[in-house]
Amino acid sequence: MLGYIVRRLFQAVIVIILVTLGITLLLHVLPGGPARAILGPRVNAVQIAQFNHDNGLDQPIWVQYGTYLGQITGLGPVLGGHGWQGVNFGFSYRLNQSVGSILAQDVPKTMLLVGLSYAIAIIVAVPLGIYQAVRRNKIDDYALTGASFFFYSMPVFWLGILLIGVFSFTLHLLPAVGPQGDNVGDLFTQLPALILPVATLALITIASFSRYMRSSTLENMVQDYVRTARAKGASDSRVLFAHVLRNAMIPILTLIGLSIGYIFSGALITEALFNYPGMGLRFWNAGLQQDYPVILGIIVIAAFGTVMGNLLADIMYAVADPRVRYSR
Amino acid sequence: MTIGPVPQESALGIGPISVAPVDAPAEIQDIVPAYETRGVWRLALEVFLEHRLAVIGVGIVVFMVLFCFVGPLIYVTDQTTTNLNNQFFRPAVSGHILGSDQLGFDLMGRLMVGGQTSIEVGLAAALIATTFGVLYGAISGFAGGFIDTVMMRIVDAVLAVPGLFLLLFLAVALAPVTIWVLILVVAIVAWLIPARLVRAETLTLRTREYVQAVTMMGGRGSRIVLRHIVPNAIGTIVVNATFQVADAILLVAALSFLGLGISPPATNWGAMLSDGVEYYADGYWWLVYPAGIAIVITVVAFNFIGDGLRDALEVRLQKR
Repeated sequence: MLGYIVRRLFQAVIVIILVTLGITLLLHVLPGGPARAILGPRVNAVQIAQFNHDNGLDQPIWVQYGTYLGQITGLGPVLGGHGWQGVNFGFSYRLNQSVGSILAQDVPKTMLLVGLSYAIAIIVAVPLGIYQAVRRNKIDDYALTGASFFFYSMPVFWLGILLIGVFSFTLHLLPAVGPQGDNVGDLFTQLPALILPVATLALITIASFSRYMRSSTLENMVQDYVRTARAKGASDSRVLFAHVLRNAMIPILTLIGLSIGYIFSGALITEALFNYPGMGLRFWNAGLQQDYPVILGIIVIAAFGTVMGNLLADIMYAVADPRVRYSR
Repeated sequence: MTIGPVPQESALGIGPISVAPVDAPAEIQDIVPAYETRGVWRLALEVFLEHRLAVIGVGIVVFMVLFCFVGPLIYVTDQTTTNLNNQFFRPAVSGHILGSDQLGFDLMGRLMVGGQTSIEVGLAAALIATTFGVLYGAISGFAGGFIDTVMMRIVDAVLAVPGLFLLLFLAVALAPVTIWVLILVVAIVAWLIPARLVRAETLTLRTREYVQAVTMMGGRGSRIVLRHIVPNAIGTIVVNATFQVADAILLVAALSFLGLGISPPATNWGAMLSDGVEYYADGYWWLVYPAGIAIVITVVAFNFIGDGLRDALEVRLQKR
């Protein structure tokens, strides 16, 4: 197991290196380069040269890439003999702020939105999936399956708009805009504003999680161990909650692990719709303004979160299911 | 009816379907009933047709395709020139069945034209993503060793970037967005899943006896991949491709909402929906609902078809 984790961590490092390499190359082949995108169409050659020199873009691409890797790992100063000075994601072209401080601001806010939504989704979807499995092919199972198909097939932003329409425009119960503020504490003071974004994200997540839970429970209910439990006289509820539930939760553990990436990267559409100040909204704005250091920083963090989430999912899977052993 | 394990080769319609010998003893003919005349595709079709929702899904998709591609020939509207005198007609007023939008376009006609883009992008992106992903995954799994490691780390790397982020980044980088750019960026985001699925299948398929037989007879790698591995993974591939179409339609809608949709006067359902949303608060509900409902119905239909196909193709051996 330990050997497996070490090998996976090594793979994770390689994946992160590939991500940064790929994005750096893509940025390099952009027509006109960042200078033209940032300084506008009326810029002259001298200004472009100055911009490229200031941002180190006149260096060969492998030097630029090496510098960036040195910065984000904090190894650059160490190799230069200055000791470790923390990681450095560069400086935003547009916001007069270091990318590191932007990320430090946005990650907790995104964690609040996505974490809360996923927590609610799991709390609702697990019992819902079990209920559907128990009531399979009855009218309420069909109704719930229909509802989950409906939410699953809905463009997220439209679902958000419909919720805004009902709860903000018609009933005047909740604000149509997400909470605003510089840190998580500010967001917490505006709980009503948090409800609609969280509900939007939670609803679509429930739709997919409950379907996994339903099929996983169904799959387990026909296993031999269920027959054994019944044969020795366990009650229906004991079979369901003591035996089936624990096994049926295993795929959900994997789903949770895979969702960890989103806790870092945020929910682009939901954040854009509700103007929720998280990583997704930041990425959208940075994308439209071509603020490449910010784009790069967010992608590195998102990739890191995803890779770590996948690793965690695999480990949880092995811990929860003793039949799974990563020996190779 | 029950039959024994279906010979893999015959499942694919390549090579002759193995037939119980005509002069076999009676008891063997009992064990192997006359399935040879029916073929596995036929069986799959029967299971698929039993799946009522899947049949409804096919019905909806056929209807939507006819509506979008044949509809404009019958219900002729001008979808290129704006006319602000016709702004915001309510549905069923002045000959506009679904009303008109903020630029005076007839919404029924717009729904047809927008649907063409949505369906075309959905199908084309799913086709490109599936074709590339399948070949990539099959080659990676078949090659094994170092090549497999490198190819899969690349997949991991692209997968590590959340799909919408990559989509947004590519759309910004490749702007202005045309239908081809849309197809390309959606395909770039989507090919990873079939690549992973097919690689996993290939790892088990490459150890099968018939693959060893081909190798022994001097079959080249390309022949093994294209004629033996890919056809045997076809169930997984087709099911996934169906879900890809649904996802692609939603991705295009999301991209339109983020302001990176296709440039007017061309449109798609997602763009109609996100444009209409701006006027939703002013009470122009008919700008929003037709496009939204069209997206939901079509995506649901493709999901139904995918579920039916999964029942029909993937568990065919257990079911029959």
